[in-house]
Amino acid sequence: MSDTQNSEPVIKIEKLSIAYEPGRYAVNDVSADIKRNNITAIMGPSGCGKSTLLRGLNRLHELYPNIETKGDVLLDGQSIFSMSVIELRRKVGMVFQRPNPFPNMTIYENVIAGFNLNDIRLKKNQRDEIVENTLKNVTLWDEVKEFLYRKGTFLSGGQQQRLCVARAIAFNPEVLLLDEPTSALDPIATSKIEDLLVELKKQYTLVLVTHNMSQAARISDDSMFMYLGELVETGRTETLFTNPKDARTEAYLTGKFG
Amino acid sequence: MNGDRVTKALLFLSSLIILLLSAGIVLSLAGGAIPVFKEYGLGFITSTVWNPTSGSEEYGAMPFIAGTIITSILALIICIPMAFSTSLFISEYYSGTRTAGILRSLVDLLAGIPSIVYGFWGFYALRPLLISTGLTDQGFGVFTASLVLAIMIVPYATSLSIEIISMVPAELKEAAYSLGATRREVIFSVVIPAARSGIVASFILALGRALGETMAVTMLIGNANMIPKGLFAPGNTMASVIANQFGEADGLKMSALIAIGLLLFVITAVVNAAGKFIIRRFA
Amino acid sequence: MAMEIILKDNIKRRNRTNGRFRYLIIAGAVVTIIPIFLIVGNLAAKGYKQINIAFFTEPAPDTFQAMMAASSGEVIPGGIANGLTGSLLMVLAASLLAIPLGLMTGIYLYENRTRRYAGIIRSLTEILQGVPSIILGIISYLWVVKNITHGYSALAGSVALTIMMLPLIIRSTEETMMMIPITIREAAFALGVPYYKMIYKILIPVSFSGLATGVLLALSRILGETAPLMLTALGSPAISFDIARPVSAVPLLIWDFYNDPNMVDLVWSASLFLMVFVLSMNLLSRRISSKRKYI
Repeated sequence: MSDTQNSEPVIKIEKLSIAYEPGRYAVNDVSADIKRNNITAIMGPSGCGKSTLLRGLNRLHELYPNIETKGDVLLDGQSIFSMSVIELRRKVGMVFQRPNPFPNMTIYENVIAGFNLNDIRLKKNQRDEIVENTLKNVTLWDEVKEFLYRKGTFLSGGQQQRLCVARAIAFNPEVLLLDEPTSALDPIATSKIEDLLVELKKQYTLVLVTHNMSQAARISDDSMFMYLGELVETGRTETLFTNPKDARTEAYLTGKFG
Repeated sequence: MNGDRVTKALLFLSSLIILLLSAGIVLSLAGGAIPVFKEYGLGFITSTVWNPTSGSEEYGAMPFIAGTIITSILALIICIPMAFSTSLFISEYYSGTRTAGILRSLVDLLAGIPSIVYGFWGFYALRPLLISTGLTDQGFGVFTASLVLAIMIVPYATSLSIEIISMVPAELKEAAYSLGATRREVIFSVVIPAARSGIVASFILALGRALGETMAVTMLIGNANMIPKGLFAPGNTMASVIANQFGEADGLKMSALIAIGLLLFVITAVVNAAGKFIIRRFA
Repeated sequence: MAMEIILKDNIKRRNRTNGRFRYLIIAGAVVTIIPIFLIVGNLAAKGYKQINIAFFTEPAPDTFQAMMAASSGEVIPGGIANGLTGSLLMVLAASLLAIPLGLMTGIYLYENRTRRYAGIIRSLTEILQGVPSIILGIISYLWVVKNITHGYSALAGSVALTIMMLPLIIRSTEETMMMIPITIREAAFALGVPYYKMIYKILIPVSFSGLATGVLLALSRILGETAPLMLTALGSPAISFDIARPVSAVPLLIWDFYNDPNMVDLVWSASLFLMVFVLSMNLLSRRISSKRKYI
């Protein structure tokens, strides 16, 4: 827990509401701060809106045709709805629930997919450097350095997911969003990813949606508990777990539902 | 238990019908074609002479093979941009919206219009249009027939493409979006590579449909027993020559037409099998 | 960072390409559906004239009557009754053959899914489905016209139509049955229901709407077919129900009218009628399929 950072939160969520169809709010009037270089966990039972909230942070929710958004989200003080979506996603990366390396690209190409997709041309040695550094950052380099030009589908689930993390951080974003990144992985792969996330928070700010309370307890600094679209409670993880203020939070944490 | 045995036997017997039909079709076509192959050998397939006047009869299948291939491929070329954009419209750009649903129903309607209605409409409505552009003076010919053919096969190419494109996992697209790609970039870098073989298969199957199409082509291609000399020249396809000339044929001429039918059967079966194979293996 | 600058530069360009491509797609989609409006519009505008009671009740006029009416601008007398009855006759005969055979074969394929023989039958059915209809006309000509009825006949037409319907019904039957949850069969067997009863009393009734849809679609497919009938039923000016003699059909009439310039008005009307009928059957089957429990 380092407090030498500046105290401004990286992301300020201000009364954010998202509805898939008019009147039905999946995310309802949520306000929260995401602190720099911390891991913030978003927890809650299925359908509570945590995935929708996460997707709101990089405006991925706008892919749905009839979506309605109210409120604002500030990234470093600037509203994410006022900047171009491409710029936003350069600063906020995402890792998904099921490992999804692009099947038509090699491991090498997957890592720099962000550059290729955005039409950013780099010299070969620049690319090589980025691929090597990023893969080292996710502790995958030694395992795949002989196979960079093969398609990633032969990798194990855990390795694929680390490749996806590499793909998301190759750009050097400020924030990394993770949507239940270990729920499709076995326990060993899960713990490797968790170790990786704790390492990564030194460089990035992580927001982690998780179904797994003990994971949140293990690695997150702050926690947010959501229920039926509302942000019920938020605070330091330790405090939330040992001394929940809201009855619903307590009920969730003690396994009464979820 | 007797009821069981009878039922099982009945079911099995009815399945034999397919076996008998398939064998029967191949045998009848081959049998009917033998006389003309005995007369000309395999040269029948490549010969371009078609002369039914008695006394100097000579038959060759090449004009019609050429006509079939030219019209079908031209129809496919015209159809591809239409089917491609429509399927992207429905399964990507406006996926899930009412507009897409309406568009899909409208395209399906195209598949329901009988072939003869297409031919007739082509004759009375499309021909004058083409004549007025000055590209052709009679309006019959390869281009007219291919144009109508293209419209007829669009629904087949489109509906299969839509299915294939919809099967591309949403997470793959989301990953590309989250890296900052625009919609067009996501389509070209992720969706199309993933759906590529399925889309190709759908076009092959549409081609298979075009190869066997009879009425519309018969009414628009101009009924000339020769290899078409140009884009707007008349010709005949394997299907249309049979439709036009089978009624009054006999003897060697009928055998020639049956042989052409056999060739058409084989070509269509091969193309369709190729399309289905690609789908099963790669999609 | 240098990358920020590169990115800012190309965002505008990429957004523009993105927008342009979108317009291209929309344009392509619009071009694709223009023909439907043209065809339906043309048919409706030019075809309504001849639609009257006589259209449905009287047989086709001869060319002289048509010429007289056309030259004086009157409605051509007569209608398509001989085509209607002919189509009815042949479709009925084809259904009598194709529906039971198709159902049973489809059930056989479903019940014996894993056998190699079933796989062969399935592949053959698929090939059969792709055979151009005119070739089926040749086949029926060789089998029926030459050997059974010794002349063009409604029976020959029906046989061609039957062969066309079979693969469609077999396919849709098998697909319908695959959608029935296996627990229903298990429940039936657990109650001690014998195999054959399970099929008649449970499998078929439960999947009925799906089967009906398949049949309707097959019917709408063959109603518009012309090519095979040209070589088998030939056509006839009389209203006839004799299966061993030539008979007309609605699409055949359209072909006859088309070849006679005096009958232009009748062609539009007959085409309009045929198109509306076939499309209605399509819509009907889609309605049934959206209401059903088991596709």
